[in-house]
Amino acid sequence: MAEHYSSFEPKGTRWLLQRITAAFLVVVLAYHFMLLHFVNHAADITFAGTQARMSQVGYFLTMVLFLIAGTFHGVNGVYNALVNQGLDGTQQTVVKWLLIVAGTLLIVQGIRVATAMTGLF
Amino acid sequence: MSQSYDRGLIEDFGRWQEFSAGMWAWIFHKFTGWVLIGYLFTHVAVLSTATVDGATYTATLQGLESLLVVRFLEVGLLAVAAFHILNGIRLLFVDLGVGLEAQDKAFYAALIATAAITVASIPTFLLGAF
Repeated sequence: MAEHYSSFEPKGTRWLLQRITAAFLVVVLAYHFMLLHFVNHAADITFAGTQARMSQVGYFLTMVLFLIAGTFHGVNGVYNALVNQGLDGTQQTVVKWLLIVAGTLLIVQGIRVATAMTGLF
Repeated sequence: MSQSYDRGLIEDFGRWQEFSAGMWAWIFHKFTGWVLIGYLFTHVAVLSTATVDGATYTATLQGLESLLVVRFLEVGLLAVAAFHILNGIRLLFVDLGVGLEAQDKAFYAALIATAAITVASIPTFLLGAF
């Protein structure tokens, strides 16, 4: 019996980052859901409320970090899943770069939206 | 000393009756992960089209919330997120080598807690939907 079970070999930057982002996301995803569905009911959300939250520097930075961590964790997870299913060679390289581009675009667009939500620009 | 665990070929669903708790946890974690990353892209896309001006933003969100199907999809999203979070905590402990002998029980606990959280959230999600 193996002493240590894991989906990945425990080595490398992506392996570590997947776990660091996981620990962060466990807290912030739960917070995000609680705040925008239970503390503030989703049906009652208005732009004024969103603007008030996003205009706070701490909240804005938390949401941007949430976006970056979520995108990395998700896109890296998809890549790992596909490699685990046997993706290799040229296809692996193409998929890797597609995911990097898609993830980067998502982060850029997400930050644009978060900035627009502040109503400052 | 660490060693990766060969789960066999996951596409061979004919083996499903042989799947252990850890295998089901792996499948559910992967499925909920696909849903969550798909949702993240959708979420940013919807907010991008809504954040044109304040009135459009509020009208888009309240318009979506007026649809009963959206309320049920939100319950589903919570179930998916809750499982991924709870099983994710289990995986972090597994990676740390803590509580390995109870990893199957931790999976069952994650399932039960997900079900409890989901059921308890239904009144909140459906508030004002009818």
